[in-house]
Amino acid sequence: MTGQVNTGRPNQLLRNLHSKIASIPMILTAVVIFLGGTLWTVFYSFTNSKLLPRLSFVGLDQYERLWAAPRWLISIQNLAIYGVFSLIFSLVIGFLLAALMDQKIRFENTFRTIFLYPFALSFIVTGLVWQWILNPEFGIQSVVRSLGWTTFSFDPLYTPSIVIYGILIAALWQGTGLVMCLMLAGLRGIDEDIWKAARVDGIPMWKTYLFIIIPMMRAVFITTLVIIASGIVRVYDLVVAQTSGGPGISSEVPAKYVYDYMFQAQNLGQGFAASTMMLITVAIIIVPWAYLEFGGRKRG
Amino acid sequence: MAEVVTLNTRSATAGTATKLAAGPRGKKPRPMLSPRNIMIYGALLFAAAYYLLPLYVMVVTSLKGMPEIRLGNIFSPPVEITFEPWAKAWASACTGLNCDGLSRGFWNSVRITIPSTIVSIAIASINGYALANWRFKGADLFFTILIVGAFIPYQVMIYPIVIVLREMGLYGSLTGLIIVHTIFGMPILTLLFRNYFTSLPEELFKAARVDGAGFWTIYFKIMLPMSLPIFVVAMILQVTGIWNDFLFGVVFTRPEYYPMTVQLNNIVNSVQGVKEYNVNMAATILTGAVPLIVYFVSGRLFVRGIAAGAVKG
Amino acid sequence: MKTNSVSVRDLSLSFGAVTVLETLNLDVKDGEFLVLLGSSGCGKSTLLNCIAGLLDVSEGQIFIKDKNVTWEEPKDRGIGMVFQSYALYPQMTVEGNLSFGLKVAKLPQTEIDKRVARAAEILQIQPLLKRKPSELSGGQRQRVAIGRALVRDVDVFLFDEPLSNLDAKLRSELRVEIKRLHQSLKNTMIYVTHDQIEALTLADRIAVMKSGVIQQLADPMTIYNMPENLFVAGFIGSPSMNFFRGEIKDKGGRKVVEINGVDFAMDAYPARGPLEAGRKVVLGVRPEHVKVDEPGAEIHDAVVDIEEPMGADNLLWLKLAGQTISVRIPGARRYAPGTAVKLSFDMSMASVFDATTENRI
Repeated sequence: MTGQVNTGRPNQLLRNLHSKIASIPMILTAVVIFLGGTLWTVFYSFTNSKLLPRLSFVGLDQYERLWAAPRWLISIQNLAIYGVFSLIFSLVIGFLLAALMDQKIRFENTFRTIFLYPFALSFIVTGLVWQWILNPEFGIQSVVRSLGWTTFSFDPLYTPSIVIYGILIAALWQGTGLVMCLMLAGLRGIDEDIWKAARVDGIPMWKTYLFIIIPMMRAVFITTLVIIASGIVRVYDLVVAQTSGGPGISSEVPAKYVYDYMFQAQNLGQGFAASTMMLITVAIIIVPWAYLEFGGRKRG
Repeated sequence: MAEVVTLNTRSATAGTATKLAAGPRGKKPRPMLSPRNIMIYGALLFAAAYYLLPLYVMVVTSLKGMPEIRLGNIFSPPVEITFEPWAKAWASACTGLNCDGLSRGFWNSVRITIPSTIVSIAIASINGYALANWRFKGADLFFTILIVGAFIPYQVMIYPIVIVLREMGLYGSLTGLIIVHTIFGMPILTLLFRNYFTSLPEELFKAARVDGAGFWTIYFKIMLPMSLPIFVVAMILQVTGIWNDFLFGVVFTRPEYYPMTVQLNNIVNSVQGVKEYNVNMAATILTGAVPLIVYFVSGRLFVRGIAAGAVKG
Repeated sequence: MKTNSVSVRDLSLSFGAVTVLETLNLDVKDGEFLVLLGSSGCGKSTLLNCIAGLLDVSEGQIFIKDKNVTWEEPKDRGIGMVFQSYALYPQMTVEGNLSFGLKVAKLPQTEIDKRVARAAEILQIQPLLKRKPSELSGGQRQRVAIGRALVRDVDVFLFDEPLSNLDAKLRSELRVEIKRLHQSLKNTMIYVTHDQIEALTLADRIAVMKSGVIQQLADPMTIYNMPENLFVAGFIGSPSMNFFRGEIKDKGGRKVVEINGVDFAMDAYPARGPLEAGRKVVLGVRPEHVKVDEPGAEIHDAVVDIEEPMGADNLLWLKLAGQTISVRIPGARRYAPGTAVKLSFDMSMASVFDATTENRI
C-alpha cells in the first residue's frame, strides 16, 4: 500500500476501448468528411481547377469571376427574396395555424395530418405538382379564365420577374406544416396557468398571444428560424423540378449554381467558390445563433 | 331571487334578460355555431382545402385521358376514369432512351433505401449509445463537429466525398450512395439516439455494469429491447428522407442506379415528345406514395420524428 | 481482530474544475453496516460509485478484501449494488433480472437456479419470479433489486438511497428488513442515504459527509450525543439542536457561557480541554435536554411562543435570551402560548463549539 500510487492504472488509450472502436465511423465522418471536406473545398476554391481539382492557385480570381457572373447575382437575389418571404410567411402561417389548432378544437389529429402530409413528400414531387397547378394552359390561370374573367393572368413559372414567387408558393405548401407542428409544441409547452391568469386579468386573447405567449416562445421561434433558414440556403431540388432554373436563368439558386459548375460545366473552381459562399451564408446565420444559444448558457 | 334581480338590472341593456332570469347554472352551454367557432373552423377548413388541393389535382389528373385534360380544367373530376396513365408511368414512360417506366427507379430506390436505413441506424444508434453511456475523452468534440456539420450545405462536402469514393472504387455504385446516406444521416440520428439513451435511467446502465455486462452486452440485451419506439422514429425519418433524396442520387450514382425521384424528374421534365400530364401526375403520385404511406401509417411517431429531425432541414 | 473489508485511501475525484471528493480515507470493517449520510451533493453517492467502480477516480486507491481494485471492472470487485430507482431491466421477468448477471458470468444453469431460488426465498419473492417489473409494487421492486445483489454471492453490498422512492410506511418496513438481512447474512454493507432516521437505525457506524469530506465517522449514539462539529450537530436531530452564540466567562471561579447577558453554567459540561475565558463559542442543546418547570441546578425564565402537539411529544417554541429555542416535553403536558415557564438545561448532554473553527471543545 505504500509508495506507488495508482498501481495498475491501465493505459488510458485502452480504457473504454469498445466505445472508441464503436465510435470510429462517427469520428471519421466528423473529422474526414465534415471538417476535412469543408476545409478541402474552401482550399481548392482558390485554385483554377477545371475538370479535375489541381493545385494552381489563382488567389481570389474565382470569387471575382463569381461576383461578376449575372447568373450568380440572380441566384443570390432569388435566394434573398425567397429567403425573406419564406421566413416571414412560414412563421406567420405556421403560428396562425398552430394558434387555431390550440383552441381545443375537434378533429385536431385530422387537421394536423392534412397540414403536415406535404412535408412527407419530396421537393421533386412538390415541384412537379405545383408546376402542373401553375401551368398557364391548364392550371389556375386557365380555370379562372374559363370562368369568364378572360384577362386574368397568373403565370409565375413563365414570367421571369415573378418566377421565384411561384417556387415560394410550392415551398410554403410543403414546409408550413412542419412550422405549425413546432409552434404547436411550443404553445403546448406553455403553462396553462398563464392563460388562466390572463383570463382573470381580462386580457383579450389576441393581446395575450402577442404580448405574453409569443415572447415566452422565444426559444421555439429561434429554433424554427434556424431550421427554416438552413433549409432555405439548401433549396435545390424544388427549383430543378419546378422550373429547372428557367425561364432562362431567372429562377437560378446558389445550390444549383454549385452543382452545375461542379458536375456539368466542368469548372470545379467556380463550384468550390460558390459553395464556399454558401458556407459563409450559413455561418452568418448559425454562428450568432450558436453563440446566443450555447455561449450565453455557459456563462449563465 | 335577489341575485337574479341584480344581474338583471346590470345587464338590462344587453337584452338578455330572459336568459338571465333562469340564472347561469351547470355547464356553460357552448353552441357549435358560435361566431368564434365559425371563424376557427372556417379558417381551418379553408387551410385544409389549400393543403389538400394539390393531392386532389394529382389524383384527378392521373385518372383522366389526355383529350379530357386538354378540354377541361384541372379541378374537375374525371368523366371517364382510366388507369392507363398509371400503367404507363409504371412500365413504359420514357426517360431519354429508356422506356421502361418508373418501375426501375422504384426498385433502385428500394435497393438504396433499405440498406441505407439499416446501416445508418445501426451505426448512429451505437454512436449515440457510446456518447450517452460510455463517454471517452474527446467524444464530445467529435459530436460537436458532427452536429455543426449538419448545418453545412451539402454542396460544400459533395466533391471531397466524390474523390474519397472514387479512390475506394465506390463512386457511382449503390454501396457508395449507401455510405453517403449513412454519413449525412449520422448527425441527426446520433443526436436522436444520444438524447434517447441519455433519458433512460442511468442506474439501469450501472446495474448492468455491476452485473458484469460490457459495452455490447448492455447494448444488445438492455438498451435495444427498451428502445423500440426510438428505432421506429429513426426508421420513419430515414425511409422518408432517403426515399425523397434527389441530390445524392444524381451526384453519386450512375444512370442505371438512379433512384425514383431522379427518374421521375427526368420523365416529367424531359424535353422530348408530347407532354403527357396524366402520366406525369401518375408518376408523381407513385413516387410520393411510399413516404405518404409511411406518414399515414406512422401518425404520431412521424411528428415525433420530424420534431427531432427538424434540424436536418 | 476484524479485518477491513473496504478501504479507501486518499481518494480524490474531480470533474474538470469541480472537486467532488478530496483525499478521502475510509475503512469499513468486515461485516460492518456503514452509512454514508449527507445532504444531496455532498459526494456520498459519488464515493459509493467510486467504490463500485462506476466512476473512475482521479487520485487514490480503493481496496476490497485487501485487493487493490482501483482500476478493476465493477463485476470483478465482489460487490452487489442496490439503486434508488431499483434499476430493474424492464423487459425481463423477475427471474431474468436476478439471473442476468450470472448468465453474463456464464455460470452453469443449475448453479444459477440454485442461487435465484435461495435469494427468492430469503426475500420471499418466489410468487413474483415470472412477473415483469412493471407488474410489481415499489416495495416488491426494491426486494427484487436487493435480490439481484444477493444472487451475486458477494462480500460487500452497496446501497444507493434504496428507500428514497418509497412512501413512508413501506420505507420503515423495508428498513427493518434490510437490518434483518444484515443480521442474518453478516455481509459488509455500505449504505448511502440523506435520511438521518435510516442512518441512526441501521448503522453500526455513520460517516457524516459534507462537500466531499467526512465530517465525523462514529457509531450513531456518539454522532447524536457528541457531534464533532457544528455541521454534524445541526444536521442530525429533528427538530434541530438549539444553538446560542456566546462567550466563555469566568464568574467567581465558575466557567459560564454568557449569551445576551444570560449566564449558563458549564460545571457539568464534559469539556475536552480548559474552557478559556473570552473564547467565542456556540452552545448547542438538543430540545429533549431542556426541562420545563422541573427542579434543576440553574433556572431560566422563558415565555411559550408556539406549541406544536405531536402526539407522543409536545414541542414548545420559547423565547429565551432574545432567541427562539425548541423544547421537547411529553405529549400530555400542554402549555398555552404566553405562559411563563422555568427552564433548566442538562449541560452534561450539551455541546460547545468554537465559534470560528466550529469544532467541539
